[in-house]
Amino acid sequence: MELLYVICVGVLTFSGIFLCLRARTFPVVVGLTMLGYAVNMFLFSSGRLNLEGAAILGMAQNYADPLPQALVLTAIVIGFAMIAFVVILSMRARADLGSDLVDGSEPPDTRKLVKSKRGDA
Amino acid sequence: MSLFFVIALLLLGAIAPILADRYGRGMTTLATAIAPAIGFAYIVSLTPQVLAGEHIIEYLEWIPAVGLTLSLHLDGLALMFALLILGIGLLIILYASYYLSDKEDTGRFFSYLILFMTAMLSIVLSNNILQMWMAWEVTSISSFLLISFWGHQSGSRKGARMALTVTGAGGLALLAGLLLIGDIVGSYELSVILDSGNLLREHGLYPVVLILVLLGAFTKSAQFPFHFWLPHAMAAPTPVSAYLHSATMVKAGIFLMARLYPVLSGTEMWFLIVSTAGLITLLLGAYVALFKHDLKGLLAYSTISHLGLITLLLGLDTQLSAVAALFHIMNHAVFKASLFMAAGIIDHETGTRDMRKLNGLWKFMPYTATLAMVAAASMAGVPLFNGFLSKEMFLAETLNQHAFGFLSWMIPVLATIASIFSVAYSTRFIHDVFFNGEPIDLPKTPHEPPRFMKVPIEVLVILCIAVGIFPVLMVGDFLAAASQAVLHTTELPYYSLAIWHGFNLPLLMSAMAIGGGIFIYTYRARLYRSQSEFMETDAKMIFEGAIQHIVKTASSYYEKFDSGSLQRYVAALLIFTIVLIALPLFRYQSSFTITHMQPVTALEITAAVVMCLGAIATMVFHRRRFIALLAISVVGLILSVAFARFSAPDLALTQLSVEVVTVILLMLALFFLPKKTAPESAPGRVVRDLAIAAAFGGLIATINYIFITQPLTSISDFYLANSKTGGGGTNAVNVILVDFRGLDTLGEILVLGIAALGIFKLMARIRLSMPNADEKGRPWTNDSHPTILSMISQSLLPLALLVSFYIFLRGHNMPGGGFIAGLITSIAIIQQYIAHGVEWVKPRIKVDYQNLIALGVLIAALTGVASWFFGYPFLTTWFDYFDLPIIGEIELTSALIFDLGVYLTVVGATLLILAHLGKLSTPDRPKVER
Repeated sequence: MELLYVICVGVLTFSGIFLCLRARTFPVVVGLTMLGYAVNMFLFSSGRLNLEGAAILGMAQNYADPLPQALVLTAIVIGFAMIAFVVILSMRARADLGSDLVDGSEPPDTRKLVKSKRGDA
Repeated sequence: MSLFFVIALLLLGAIAPILADRYGRGMTTLATAIAPAIGFAYIVSLTPQVLAGEHIIEYLEWIPAVGLTLSLHLDGLALMFALLILGIGLLIILYASYYLSDKEDTGRFFSYLILFMTAMLSIVLSNNILQMWMAWEVTSISSFLLISFWGHQSGSRKGARMALTVTGAGGLALLAGLLLIGDIVGSYELSVILDSGNLLREHGLYPVVLILVLLGAFTKSAQFPFHFWLPHAMAAPTPVSAYLHSATMVKAGIFLMARLYPVLSGTEMWFLIVSTAGLITLLLGAYVALFKHDLKGLLAYSTISHLGLITLLLGLDTQLSAVAALFHIMNHAVFKASLFMAAGIIDHETGTRDMRKLNGLWKFMPYTATLAMVAAASMAGVPLFNGFLSKEMFLAETLNQHAFGFLSWMIPVLATIASIFSVAYSTRFIHDVFFNGEPIDLPKTPHEPPRFMKVPIEVLVILCIAVGIFPVLMVGDFLAAASQAVLHTTELPYYSLAIWHGFNLPLLMSAMAIGGGIFIYTYRARLYRSQSEFMETDAKMIFEGAIQHIVKTASSYYEKFDSGSLQRYVAALLIFTIVLIALPLFRYQSSFTITHMQPVTALEITAAVVMCLGAIATMVFHRRRFIALLAISVVGLILSVAFARFSAPDLALTQLSVEVVTVILLMLALFFLPKKTAPESAPGRVVRDLAIAAAFGGLIATINYIFITQPLTSISDFYLANSKTGGGGTNAVNVILVDFRGLDTLGEILVLGIAALGIFKLMARIRLSMPNADEKGRPWTNDSHPTILSMISQSLLPLALLVSFYIFLRGHNMPGGGFIAGLITSIAIIQQYIAHGVEWVKPRIKVDYQNLIALGVLIAALTGVASWFFGYPFLTTWFDYFDLPIIGEIELTSALIFDLGVYLTVVGATLLILAHLGKLSTPDRPKVER
């Protein structure tokens, strides 16, 4: 079970990081959301995986660790605030800069491609 | 009173002139002088103690946790410098109040001057070398501010920049040196370091330490080859030149060498470097000074030369030479400050400093001329003035030393030559300016300056004569105390401060110097001619050129790394992080004691597969944004199911509701953003990013696996044990949020509120084009608010609010609470916006969401404050049980009110974000403010 869990964390991180490295704002926002999931799962698992152990007194034999849960709960809400901020920022950037590129202009790779092609010609 | 008080008072005194500026020049001067005067009086009152051999040390705990303690001390050396700094400082204040014109910003000038005085005094009083370094840097900065006081002149700006660059760079070297000393000795306390001379000298890093410290000292004290900044610093107003660039600041380097003399000197390396630098500076300064036509230029090079003389003395291998150095520090400060002030008066009253124009001023200002002549005679080393005494000691010591082995005979010869030039430029200063014919084209008709402008010079000139005639009476005790501090001993070698030592070699050398100097001056015309054949090099040009070259080279390298691409930065950051994480993992050898593994069921495998597929799909379809959004919502949903599965019902509820809100938010945003991402990444970059992401994911999974399989030791038992008895709730997670870690939660909702307000502000003047068709060109539907949806959502609203109320109330004991209830309420209301449109909702919900956030944070904070009134710490929960008829026993707790604050903030923040974003898509959108 633990192995399955960490594989999911790994895959989510993988996807999140890849999206964060894109050149346009929207995939980056989606990537950040994805990373948020991965981070929350990661944090959550520091209380280990428990079945049938909700930290409600009198409801279980062995309680799950409530502390990571409390931390992750606020992290989820704050994470939402952050995503909202970033997405509005990207809209604002598009409105003001007229482009939704992370760098605000053409990515350097393309520029280089164009340049080197010109150089060849 | 304490030494700290003096520093604090001076620091306050730096503000006084700015405040007093509006009440006129007289008041400003008075306000400026108060702090130094009190400080001076206090130091004088301590003088008998120090002269009796007492070493006053004071400590003030600053950050005891990291071992930082401020400490000040007053010994003979510090006393001598402190009196010079404060005494001459007071005279300079008086002088400057006449020197500055009415149009000038006197308050600012005096403020800088006092700032410098504070820093300089802190250098000499510091008993901690790091503290000393701090003050050292402040003198560099205040010197920069003072040199550039007339910032409208290009020369002032360039001179200030040069001075700051050179002394600042030296300061960095000094810092490195001092840190090394602290490292070797194990303490930054000067009193400890001074006892560790042998430890330092025998340490392998001694050469490095020495060179770094000397770099600091030489740059500050304008020693060759760093002397070039000082003449350009003369662009400063003359009071500054007199005070900083001759009497005090440039002596900081020499002070440093004297201060560390007991620990750093005594080696071959010290003698060789210090005496060579001093000798070259002495000769070069004296020679160049003769050829300067600018009055202040002459004095500047003369200062360089005298600083070289003192450095040379510190670099000679006799103990008496250190005594002579200290004596000359005092004498030079006194006569050079008065000469600068005299030069300032001449400049002030005639409008020029060019000695080719200034002639025959004796007729116009005989009194000033007399004062200047005495000071210049002292500078030349004429008997009966103080300069003569220390110069005699200097010449005597050049004969007694053996620093250069068999070549040691060179030193007295070169010293005599330098003295000859010194006499020559002193003669020139007097003869050219006050005699030598008639003035040529002076901008103003010269006359004597105001009465009190001459007072500072008079005081200093009287000192020159008094010390020159009664040396033992005037300075004998001071010199002895300072020498004891520098030589770090109570037994001083024998020396005599008498004027007459009989006919001896030093006297002959002095006589040769005076004769030779006058001879050279007489035949100066021929010398000037041959000198003019040489190319004049302007240090300013060379320096500026060098700086520009460095900047150009640095930026060409910099541009290679800094392409301005955020994408590239993120990639670089990630690669670096991967390396940082991976390195320890390579070395990590774990026993991998796998404690208890949970069994795997088909259900979990399915969920995991769906989740991974969702993540991969988001990645693969990221260019078709809508599909990516759907895919990521699958991941979020599975995540909330996973939380539910792993005994975290609160998290499951939160994740579920946040997921809904997030997806609505992103869909709204997508409306204004392109629906597709153009493929712009080169294939190489995609591969690179995939590699980075894969490495990162792999590492995170590995770390997660390592700790997830280790046995758990948690502090949570405390929370579980006290949740009911201490917090009055059975849901430990909620009790942690609203009670145990209530302050954290208060911070969290504050952040949430701030983020929402920030978003609100970002949307305020946004100008977005609204697409009227989707990506494939299909127009939006006309039926924007379908009847069935509006009917259902309308009837669902009370139900949803009821649920959220229930979730809110039961939160303390069962899964739920303010966060979750707030999100559910928000979703219910958002649904009304979706189903009916903004125009419909607006008149029905007349709540200002901003106020809601403020109200929420306020309630939460006030709940915390309330516990103060009952004598408990901030955010202590109160709870009790009551018996109500019919309903039965109920529990009331103050945490519920706190949770209400959380609830309101969450509702306010979520709706502020979503409703305002939604509003952008309607005719009701906020108008563009012009």
